[in-house]
Amino acid sequence: MNGAQDLGGQHGMGPVAPETDEPYFHAEWEKRALGLTLSCGAFGAWNIDESRHARESLPPATYLSASYYEIWTRGLEILLKRHGFVSAAELAAGHMLEKGREPKRILTADMVAGVLAKGGPCDRPVPDGPRFAAGDRVRTKNFNPETHTRLPRYARAKQGIVEAVQGSFVFPDDNAHGKGENPQWVYTVVFDAGEIWGEGADPALTVSIDAWESYLERI
Amino acid sequence: MHDHDDHDDHDHHDNHFSEMQARVKALETVLTQKGLIDPAAIDAIVDTYETKIGPRNGARVVAKAWAEPDFADWLRKDATAAIASLGYTGRQGEHMRAVFNTAETHNLVVCTLCSCYPWSVLGLPPVWYKAPPYRSRAVIDPRGVLDEFGVTLPQGQKIRVWDSTAELRYIVIPERPDGTEDLDQEALADLVTRDSMIGTGLARSKGEGR
Repeated sequence: MNGAQDLGGQHGMGPVAPETDEPYFHAEWEKRALGLTLSCGAFGAWNIDESRHARESLPPATYLSASYYEIWTRGLEILLKRHGFVSAAELAAGHMLEKGREPKRILTADMVAGVLAKGGPCDRPVPDGPRFAAGDRVRTKNFNPETHTRLPRYARAKQGIVEAVQGSFVFPDDNAHGKGENPQWVYTVVFDAGEIWGEGADPALTVSIDAWESYLERI
Repeated sequence: MHDHDDHDDHDHHDNHFSEMQARVKALETVLTQKGLIDPAAIDAIVDTYETKIGPRNGARVVAKAWAEPDFADWLRKDATAAIASLGYTGRQGEHMRAVFNTAETHNLVVCTLCSCYPWSVLGLPPVWYKAPPYRSRAVIDPRGVLDEFGVTLPQGQKIRVWDSTAELRYIVIPERPDGTEDLDQEALADLVTRDSMIGTGLARSKGEGR
């Protein structure tokens, strides 16, 4: 979706302002927000693509003015309500009002080390070989779905070169919406800055994205 | 003593802070009462990323790549396996790629669409990495971004920006500083900053303070 999350090339966002000796957390609630997000992810009720889509679906003004842990918290509330684990009334009241859905799994302290060490690999086998090879010239598709996609706006309808075949992975555009994992080959595609940004682009700059096969057309 | 304006400003920040504090507290309370979460699991997650998994992991990967050409080759061919051989695996490091800076090309990593970052080797991302200024500008004006980090690249050095749009997670292997031939891997790792592995910094010179 063309939401506030798709930031590449936007102007007016201000200086980067790196912080010296930045702490991992700037408030206690940020620690709890991280832990809650990971704990609820362990329910197995949604996947990482649906989580990303919940966050990017926040109203743009909210998204752009929120810290990242606030974005995570708001996204988590959406997912918990959507999947029937908590109600809006409970979030407003701050305590349990009714019994909700039971998750497949509840993350307990003894499970944390194992779950974090295992992670969530999302490479999957596909029946056919890759359509493109390193060195192929390709054009990215032009589309503007209201649903989840990982093809940023700045890289749509642009010509580039396949640099590497990276393996086959879950297709987020489908997986975010409960349409299945439908894995596809993923390629690193490199663009000259001039192709993306046109006049005035840095001639010594190239930018790459990692693109699912259906994002690409052969030239 | 605060004057009136300072006091208002202070209250404003306190209000915002308590709003999120209250919101997260409410969420944790509801989930705990329903038996859906274990608050001790949250403590364990926070402890993991505060004390166990951080950029010192990545620094050891870089130092080993500098010191051992065979390991560097392995990183180029199969970064996930090479990094796993040091014990660094897991969440947001499942599919790793290592990209090597050279005299010709400087690499910079960003996630314009969210906050993808190689947690297994760098830990949790800094706030700026997840915020709109870096995510918007890294792909269009990386030299301007680097300037804000105090980094000026040599004239003629190209820049390659890697936008982490899929599930591959990138670690930059910075160039090894000159005059470090006599250092062991532990001393080499001390020269490797977090930012040098994102590409917003360079490795420290020998004897340069932190």
